Order: sequence, then structure tokens, then C-alpha cells
Amino acid sequence: MRKLLIESVFRGKLTEPPPIVSDGEKAALVADLDRVAQRRLGRSLAIREVDAGSCNGCELEIIALTNALYDLERFGLKFVASPRHADVLMVTGPVTRNMEAALRLTYEAMPAPKFVVAVGDCACTGGLFAESPVCVGTVEQILPIDLRIPGCPPDPVALLKGLISLIG
Amino acid sequence: MTLIDHQTWQAAVADLTAGSSVFVAIWAERNADAAIVHLAGRHRGAASVEVLSLATSSLHYPSVGLHHPAAILMERAIQDIHGLTADGLPDTRPWLDHGTWPHSRPVVPYPFKPVTGEGVHQIPVGPVHAGTIEPGHFRFSVNGETIVGLEARLGYTHKGTLDLMRGKAPDQAARLAGRVSGDSTVAYTFAFCRAVEQAMGVDVPPRAASLRGIMAELERLANHFGDFGAICNDSGFPLINAHGGVLRERVLRLAASAFGHRLMMDCIVPGGVAVDLTADSARTMTASLPDLLVQFERLVELYDKTASLQDRVVTAGWLDPLLARRLGCGGYVGRASGQDFDARRDLQYAPYDRLTLAVPCLDAGDVDARVRVRMAEIRQSVALILELLGTLADGELRAVLPDGVAASTGSAVVEGFRGDIFAHARTSEGLIAEVFLRDPSWFFWPALEAAIEGNIVADFPLCNKSFNASYSGCDL
Repeated sequence: MRKLLIESVFRGKLTEPPPIVSDGEKAALVADLDRVAQRRLGRSLAIREVDAGSCNGCELEIIALTNALYDLERFGLKFVASPRHADVLMVTGPVTRNMEAALRLTYEAMPAPKFVVAVGDCACTGGLFAESPVCVGTVEQILPIDLRIPGCPPDPVALLKGLISLIG
Repeated sequence: MTLIDHQTWQAAVADLTAGSSVFVAIWAERNADAAIVHLAGRHRGAASVEVLSLATSSLHYPSVGLHHPAAILMERAIQDIHGLTADGLPDTRPWLDHGTWPHSRPVVPYPFKPVTGEGVHQIPVGPVHAGTIEPGHFRFSVNGETIVGLEARLGYTHKGTLDLMRGKAPDQAARLAGRVSGDSTVAYTFAFCRAVEQAMGVDVPPRAASLRGIMAELERLANHFGDFGAICNDSGFPLINAHGGVLRERVLRLAASAFGHRLMMDCIVPGGVAVDLTADSARTMTASLPDLLVQFERLVELYDKTASLQDRVVTAGWLDPLLARRLGCGGYVGRASGQDFDARRDLQYAPYDRLTLAVPCLDAGDVDARVRVRMAEIRQSVALILELLGTLADGELRAVLPDGVAASTGSAVVEGFRGDIFAHARTSEGLIAEVFLRDPSWFFWPALEAAIEGNIVADFPLCNKSFNASYSGCDL
């Protein structure tokens, strides 16, 4: 056996190089996989909402998304209680200094990959509170932003459009 | 503004302690080493709020909270914002200051009130809560399932709103007033604009006054419909929530089609209103509201006949009428605990001064009573809107504000959906020199802390929702 092992070491490897897959073939395989995955798993995102100092106007319209007329869950989007279960962090408000730490902790508690959505004028630009010394100003100054949904507050249709774009 | 002496101040505080007057607000303004502290109160049965102003050159003033606990939270806020010391204040822990501001006092871990006893343990909740609601911290002390103490710690949404309003033109400041608490944006702009108009001596045209009333009642309807459902949801009965959510949405859509904004933000402006109501929109509203009421009554019947739901709401979260009186709780919280007060009836203002209003008042003080007060108010709001629509006069929408007038002050109380909102403004050279806005929630939070005692942890969301205090409204 020793002889066989030594021979094997010095002979070099038997494993052949991988087959060359053309870009076209690769794309077709990925598309197949996508179809199967979507059929089995669907498209779904779990959202954790954090009020980082809003006036509660944005919250009212976000809650309206769950009413029977907008029915957010039909798109596979749902609100979850824990950041540990969330794919999307939805943030409202001009990020008051008093909420900055809690916002960061919530983000850090989420598993990657994760999206951050700034909802409302305050979260996007600081809104009327942009100049306040007790507010950070925008969510972007604290967290990387993937999507902005402006409005004061954005109405449920604007919110839906933004969220649907996330699941593409 | 007339300044008073210490003796008059102490006499006013004695009236509050004796209960012959109701505490409305305390706030301050500071200019370097001098400060003025303002105390607003209302004699029981009086038709207006009185504001007393005390000057101090030592940055100290005699604490009102020492004698009348309803003032403690506001005095803690004054301490954080202006650095004034209320001599004798029983609780000097920071309130709005969490040690995160450029001008914060030195940071120390917030010392919650100790609760001790065999088997007592604590459940910290927040500031980020499980649902889509505002941020705040609740510290529960529990023994088994039973809550033996709750302490709320707020201030997370402090945005410095009042500070931003100072020095602004009334129109800009009104937009900020409309974002103190988004669910009450109409009531806040209504109150703030009335205070500014009183200061500037402006009369609002009758059509504008009626439109303000219609907006305020639509806001009340939307919130009451939504919260009725949400309270039932927190009782484990989502069916009413599903229907309540739809009723709320219908009201918001009516508001959007009539006034161009679902929550009617910035629709009330100093001097009048920014948008008119077309005859078409008025007809749609007149036709739709009675239909909403029919659907609502079916939900009321369901609420009444569902024993499992009644089991959760009756006797839960009992607020002692004596405490409601001492705290000066307004709105459905006060009216469900025997406090027969409604600013629309008792501190008459346009357009309610020409309308008759039957104010529902109950004594039970539980979640159910708060729900039933709101039910009665829903019916009343529909009737008021229909009456205002039926008597809507033609005419101007907005009076012109004079500019360059001398400094003068004005104050107003408006009955928002949650309760009475107090606004005080001083204008000088056409700008807002000083402003204070007081949310009814300042008294709801301490009331909730007391009402939750002896309830089980699982009933907290239900009790909390039945108070539905605003966080942003008192964090300011």
C-alpha cells in the first residue's frame, strides 16, 4: 500500500479541469434554478419597522398597509416583531439622537443580507427637523440605505410601490 | 404677558392642590441667566384657561409638582431643556435628556424606581416594540403573571420641535405644530393657529371655521374607528380590527378627496384653511358618512355580543376616577373615569360654539368604558359633520395676518380625538417668539402606570391601546 500511495503522490492528480460552461448555458441553468426556487419558496420578505423619532404619521400609513384594502401580505411581505426574523429594516423619523443607539442595535441584530428602507421625508432628508440639533437628520447618516420612499407621510400606495420594487 | 409675584403663584398652586382648578401645563423660556416660568390652569367650570407667568433671575422656581404631582413630568422636561431647577421637585431624574445631545447633562444609567418583594422580577420592554408603534421604554415589575408596577420612560422621539418653531413665520411654525403628533395633526394645527390668531387679533372667516370643524371631526372618526379595531385586536379578536381598519381607510379617502391629504396635514393655516371643500366633495361626504355608521353599528353589536371579548375588556385597566380627576385626564380616558369635560362644549370655540354637543361620560374607568366613550363620539362626530356640511356658509377661506404688530400672546384649547390640546403662542413682529403645545398624553402616561397595576402582563397591550397615549406628542 505504501508503494501505491507514494506512486499516487508523485504521479500528479487525476482530476480533470472543470467543463467550460458558456454564458448562455449558465444563464439557462440559473433561470431554471430561479424558477424552481420561486415555485418552492416564493418571494417573501419579513419587515421590521423602527420609528426613529417620527411624528407617528408614517406609522399610521404603514399600519394601513395591513388593512383589507391594501393587504400587504398577498405580496409575500409581512411585518415581524423581532429584527432576528427580518430581511428589511423600515425606518421612519429624522433619527433623534435619543433613538440613534436603538436603531443601530436593531440593524445589527438583523441577519445579513438585509435591506434598509427610509420611509417618509424625515427619514429621507430630515424633513422639517433637518436643522434640529437633537436629531441626526437622515437615516443614511447612520445606516446604508437601499430604498427611499419620500412623502409626508407617503400614502399606502407609494409605500406599496416601493416595497414591491424590493421583491422585484 | 403680565408677570405675577410668588404669592399669587403659590395661591394658584394651592387651587390646583385643592382641586378647585385643573392643571393644564407648565413650561418655561430662558434668556441667559433669567427665565420665565408659565403655569396654565383652568378653574373648574370656567370657560377659559388662565396663564400665570413668574420671572426668576436665579434659574430656580418653586416646584408645582411638589404639591400637585400632575406637573412632575413637565417640570422634569423644563429641567432638561432649560436647565431650570424646580425647588422641591420630588423627582429630579432626567426625562427628555438621555445623555445624547450636544448639551446633555453628564450621562448616568437611568435609575428606575426600585420595586422589591419576594418573587418580584422585571421585564424591560423597548424602546423598539414588537409592533409598528412609537418608541418608548416600559419597565414592568411583575410577580408571576401580575404586574405590580410599571414605569414608562419616554423622550426617545424628542425632536426639539418647539425650539424649531421659535423665530419662524406663523405659516412655517404651523407646519411643525402639525407634526407634533401625526395622528392629531388637524387638532394641533387648529390649536396652534387659534393661539396665533388670538395673539394677532385675527378673526377667522365663518366658512374656514366650519371647514376646520369638519376636518377635526374626520380626524376623530378615523382615529376612533382604527383604535376601536386595534383594541379588539389586542383582545385577541381581529375580526373587528379588519372591519375597523376598512372604516378608517374610508374616512381617510374621504379626507384625501375632499382636502387633498389623507391625514389633512397643513390644511389648517394661520388665518383660516388652505383648501376649500367643493360642492361635489361635500355631497360625497354627506352620502358616505351615514353608510359608514351603519357598518359601524354592526361592529358595535358584535362587540356587545361576543362574550370572550367582553371578558377581556370589562374591568381591565381600571383607572380610578379620583386619580383621573387629580391628574386632570381629558379625552376618552377622563370621560370614561367620570371626568365630564370636553373642550368643544366647555371652552367653546368656533365652529362648536353654535352646535349642541352631548358629551358621553361614564364611571366604569375600564377598557370597555374607554371604548364606549369612543363609540358615542363616533356617532356624535358623524352628526356634527353632517350639521356643519348642511350649514356651510359661502365666503373667504383665510384672513390676512397683520405683520409688524407688537408682541402679544394668545392661547387656545382644542379637543383632539385623544383629548384637549393646549396651545400657547407669543408673536412679535410677525414671527413666533414663544410657543408651547401640550398633549393630553402628559396625563395619560401616569394614569396608565396606575391603571395597569394588578393586571396581567398579557393584558398590557390591550390596556395600553385603550389609552393610546402619544409618545411624540409629549416628547416634543
